Amino acid sequence: MEGLINLPASLGRYSIDIVSSIGRAAVFLGLTLSRLFHWPFPLAEFIKQLNFVGVRTLPVLLVAGLFTGMVVALQFYDTLVRFGSVDLLGSAVALSLIRELGPVMAALMVIARVGSASCAEIGIMRNEQQFDALECMAIDVYRYLMLPRLLAAIVALPMLTAIFDLVGIGGGYVVGVLIHGESAGAYINGLIDTVTINDVLMGVIKSLVFGLIIMWIALVNGFNVHLNQSLSGAEGVSHATTTAVVLSAIVMLSFDFIIGSLML
Amino acid sequence: MNAHYGDRQVLHNVNFSVAEGEIMVVMGGSGSGKSTLLKHLLGLQKPSSGSISLLNQNIAELGRKQMMALRRSMGVAFQGGALLSSMSVGDNVKLPLRENTELDENTIDIMARLKLELMNLAGFEDLMPAELSGGMLKRAGLARAVIMDPKILFFDEPSAGLDPVTSVELDELILQLRAALNMTMVIVTHELESAFKIADRITVLFDGEVAAMGTVEEIKNSSDVRIQNLINRKPRDKVVDADAYLQRLTAGGT
Amino acid sequence: MRKLYLEFSVGLFVVLGLAALFYMAVNIGGGGMASSDEQTLVARFDSASGLKSGGFVEISGVRVGKITSITLDAEAFEAVVSLRLPKGIEIPDDSIASIRTAGIIGDRFVKITPGGSDLPLEEGEEIIETESAISIEELISKYMFEGGSE
Repeated sequence: MEGLINLPASLGRYSIDIVSSIGRAAVFLGLTLSRLFHWPFPLAEFIKQLNFVGVRTLPVLLVAGLFTGMVVALQFYDTLVRFGSVDLLGSAVALSLIRELGPVMAALMVIARVGSASCAEIGIMRNEQQFDALECMAIDVYRYLMLPRLLAAIVALPMLTAIFDLVGIGGGYVVGVLIHGESAGAYINGLIDTVTINDVLMGVIKSLVFGLIIMWIALVNGFNVHLNQSLSGAEGVSHATTTAVVLSAIVMLSFDFIIGSLML
Repeated sequence: MNAHYGDRQVLHNVNFSVAEGEIMVVMGGSGSGKSTLLKHLLGLQKPSSGSISLLNQNIAELGRKQMMALRRSMGVAFQGGALLSSMSVGDNVKLPLRENTELDENTIDIMARLKLELMNLAGFEDLMPAELSGGMLKRAGLARAVIMDPKILFFDEPSAGLDPVTSVELDELILQLRAALNMTMVIVTHELESAFKIADRITVLFDGEVAAMGTVEEIKNSSDVRIQNLINRKPRDKVVDADAYLQRLTAGGT
Repeated sequence: MRKLYLEFSVGLFVVLGLAALFYMAVNIGGGGMASSDEQTLVARFDSASGLKSGGFVEISGVRVGKITSITLDAEAFEAVVSLRLPKGIEIPDDSIASIRTAGIIGDRFVKITPGGSDLPLEEGEEIIETESAISIEELISKYMFEGGSE
């Protein structure tokens, strides 16, 4: 009985919470981006983050890219061979990697490796009063900590995606040409002929947006960890990290659809 | 000065001033509002009414830029040190100099070593904060707080979470620091012994109100029951309001 | 030393990443921008059915260029197809452009059969002689109705 009476109230409170956290996130992004025009830019921190997001994601990305390309080629080969159009293998592998799988898979890898770690790091910094300390040292948190992280993700993800695509195409080559013995010329010329600059552009735009989304959600969740009334300390950070990972995967995939339908 | 969290008033007409070169200790049990008071003094929160004047500037009305400028002459040592976990102790201490001054790296190096020496932390520059003990973290945080030679130093709970010996050492350090650099200090603590040792004057907060203010002697001889309870570590007298109690009991059942 | 290593590995990553992006845009994506050593020619067809922009241009069975755009001339009801070729290839002005199909279900492409004239086509000029896409239905009906009467 009581639950029924309280239902509208708690629903209302829940939606107010969601809307206001979107508002907080938007303000956070605005403040961070406005620091682009504040001098000096924390270059050392940016390089450190680029190392974290880019360089250290590279090994797992290379392996994942190779196997994704191979598995896609395997599936397409099996399908195309029934229609006798194995010549299209190169185009099929390249198009699906460049337009869809590359951006999404690279983004998922960055969410798992970087998004979760960044959210936890920022959350712990909040818990240990490190943001208060920075503010009291007259150091702008948005300029010094948030901007380099956000930019590093936006810069690194397109590069990771491009590397993923090329390695994946290489993996497709291994399956199509080396294992199934199709013509190397058909594979390579086929993909060069079919893929247009628009396909490449679509992949790049997607990965730029994904980079922004992933880091933005991770940072906001960590930064606002103290606003969670019910959980505090380590529990609050762990909850925030889980939320950030799930949320950024969902938001990333929905933007994948939106960008895809806008550009096709 | 008044402060609210939502519609709950946490500070009621708190009013005090600190003279130059003086050590003012703000005391009170948990929930007395001393952390809130500190946050307001640091400009991390704005009072709902009243004014806070630091170095002749009302920080309740300062803009962001002016506040930034004022903060360069303020030092703050946080409870757990609040060192940035991603950089070494040395880099942490150098951070304010690197970000807020145009000094060259050699000068920064020397200044940082000087302050670390003062805190008995020489040789620990290259360790990461996670590798230090609680007392060392506090001292490193203190080194960072005074690296810019601030006019006024805030210290949050210098003795919380430390063993008695380390805590006494830290008190000595605070006194030495005042003697060496002649700063005004505002120290928030709940430790009586350390408060009596370092304070010039003490402000006792109780439920968000100033219960007493005066020199160490005046506080010790205060006739206020609440303060005597605090000094003698007696639990607070619970005044049970029958109506409120009944309401609390029945609150869940409607 | 640690800092040097960090900067080196990040630098390496950036070089690698930019190279991958650049390679994708230019080599695989096929270069969207007209470069100075290319020429554009125009051909008009009665029907460009099945032809796609991005499709290839063949001379003597060799892929030499790309189709950059296909538009409709609304007055003459003709398809205007722009072809991009390298500058080094001089196309005689009496050449024939025809639309062909690779295999039976493959892509449609433009085949240029060079003529014998000494005058080459200049940038932006039109290949006058064209053959539209040959549809199998038309071929069949041609044989049945015209071929029979001859």
